[in-house]
Amino acid sequence: MTTVSDSSVPVVASSVGPPPRKLRAARRRRTTVFRWITVVIVGGFFLIPLYSLFESSTKNLGGRRVWDAWQAVGSLATADDPNSKLLWVGLRNSLFLVALTLIIMLVLLVPTMTWIRLRVPWMRRTMEFVCLLALTIPAIVLVVGLAPIYRQISHILSTDTIWLCFAYAVLVLPFAYRSLDAGLDAIDVKTLSEAARSLGSSWTGVILRIVIPNIRSAVVSACFISLALVLGEFTFASLLNRQNFATAIFQVGQDDGRLAMALSLVSLLVAFVLLLVLSLFSHSRKGRKGKTA
Amino acid sequence: MTTERPSTGGVEVSLQDLRRSYGDIQALNGMSLTLSPGELVVLLGPSGCGKTTALRVLAGLEDADSGRVVVAGKDISSIPTSKRDMGMVFQAYSLFPHMTARENVAFGLRLRGVDGAKRRKAAGEYLDLVGLGAQVDRYAHQMSGGQQQRVALARALAIQPKVLLLDEPLSALDAKVRVQLRDEIRRIQLDVGITTLFVTHDQEEALAVADRVGVMRAGQIEQIDTPEVIYSHPTNAFVAEFIGLTNRLSGQISGATAVVLGTEVPLLPGSPTSGTGSVLVRPEQVRVSEEIPVGQTHPGDATVVTTSFLGAHGRVSARLADGTLVVAQLPSAQVERLSVGQQVVLTVESIPALAVA
Ligand SMILES: Nc1ncnc2c1ncn2[C@@H]1O[C@H](COP(=O)(O)OP(=O)(O)OP(=O)(O)O)[C@@H](O)[C@H]1O
Ligand SMILES: [Mg+2]
Repeated sequence: MTTVSDSSVPVVASSVGPPPRKLRAARRRRTTVFRWITVVIVGGFFLIPLYSLFESSTKNLGGRRVWDAWQAVGSLATADDPNSKLLWVGLRNSLFLVALTLIIMLVLLVPTMTWIRLRVPWMRRTMEFVCLLALTIPAIVLVVGLAPIYRQISHILSTDTIWLCFAYAVLVLPFAYRSLDAGLDAIDVKTLSEAARSLGSSWTGVILRIVIPNIRSAVVSACFISLALVLGEFTFASLLNRQNFATAIFQVGQDDGRLAMALSLVSLLVAFVLLLVLSLFSHSRKGRKGKTA
Repeated sequence: MTTERPSTGGVEVSLQDLRRSYGDIQALNGMSLTLSPGELVVLLGPSGCGKTTALRVLAGLEDADSGRVVVAGKDISSIPTSKRDMGMVFQAYSLFPHMTARENVAFGLRLRGVDGAKRRKAAGEYLDLVGLGAQVDRYAHQMSGGQQQRVALARALAIQPKVLLLDEPLSALDAKVRVQLRDEIRRIQLDVGITTLFVTHDQEEALAVADRVGVMRAGQIEQIDTPEVIYSHPTNAFVAEFIGLTNRLSGQISGATAVVLGTEVPLLPGSPTSGTGSVLVRPEQVRVSEEIPVGQTHPGDATVVTTSFLGAHGRVSARLADGTLVVAQLPSAQVERLSVGQQVVLTVESIPALAVA
């Protein structure tokens, strides 16, 4: 693109120094090189640990490549022993937890944040502070506070792992809040909701038909980060004595190092696949709109 | 719900003694207003006088502290916005960004359970009505401000509301589009026959479209009447000076007349009946004579200070001997003959004017 305009540059310049075309090409080369360096560094940062994980899961102490850990993973997926059951239950629990946490998070945050913008804007700072609180308190400290609450929950509801969703909703609050806040900032919530109300929409209608479709990408990114957090959560589950995917992997891999590493890779893969599904879902919706646009 | 437009569907709307305060600001201070069926009333007033608040109370977007809102004989004060059936066009662009123009217009119909095909047809008709038949599939970000406000108007009308509420719908648009769209709003309003409350702080806009203009100050209506009466028979100085340009000329008052620049001028009701006072004189009421009678002085002796052309007519400002600056509106041909510094004689036409003490 930029070379097109080069023809209009007077040739005189070439008699003085290197022609501008060459200068520009050099600059472009530098930018390209810089870009690739960045990609390599960032890529390395992510990929090297993964590669090491893979390496260690397939090398025995003598440095020979062995596949027993991966064979074990394969058999765990199908076998009917206690370990295999542990993993499947953990995975199922984690998936349910992801779904429940996302629902609680969205139901809690979207209407509240919309309402605060419309009716009690002076509460915004307070709301933000409350939501970000979970970020400033270490998980281990949170657990100390959560333990008695979960003792009660065990009495009132049950000891089922699924009730961790309440604690997880608190855990994802700061991240989800940030993302949704940015989304809501980008639209004129007040005017849009008043327009919808005057056309006969209920408050639920305003949230579902007007607010959410217009902050879709913010909702998706809130879901992304919540999903990643919940899927990898270990501290709460372990200390509150519940079984999720992370605790199951920890338990199964406890006395087999290679198996533990192979399982870690598998869990990363599961998270990756889920994120991919979520992003495909959000993109397909956007793509449909983009076609008519 | 049918999709054809009723040609006369206006209902009477009445705001009764509305009060609303924000902290110690009295946004509405006992405001009362009645709109006849099918009438277009413009609320006009300086910034912060409570126009938007009045409109929002009528729409149910704001609660009044006291007072009643009566539409078609029914007190609707406790009915929520979503059930009031009022079409609104806002000052800020308010199209739903994730919907096309057609989907925007159809939104209210969908909420009313109109089925898909009928909805699309009706939305198309209303977009035709506002002159956007060709833009049905555009999103808000693909339209100009004027087009967006047209869609907003179509969307408001599509639900066949009892009342149409317009809060400075044109203030974000440029001058030409503004004039065009305001005339179109008036045409459509007459066509549909809907009772309409239009808020603006642009007096030219108000005079151009209104059946009646209500001039507001500090949460109350100062005067409400036809544009002609508001312009030529203002009941107080605030109204006279808010609408159009006004000169304040000192005059000797006796009974129902005053002598201004040597001419006897009849006074409007509400003026004082004796003493000296200021008479409010419109620029087009001021005459400028270039012929100076020799050897005698006239109270209207003045020096031209500036001249300006405004198309068919122009404005001349001249300073009287006592230092008062007077603005006169004259045909362009006469303005052309005048030059800055020239001696002239000012007189006023003897048509009714308001005086203040
Ligand atoms: N939500 C609010 N909170 C506090 N004060 C408000 C609020 N809304 C309006 N006011 C105050 O009430 C008064 C009337 O406001 P309103 O918006 O009705 O004025 P307006 O006539 O529409 O002015 P403008 O021409 O600038 O739109 C103003 O003094 C304004 O500051
Ligand atoms: Mg206003």
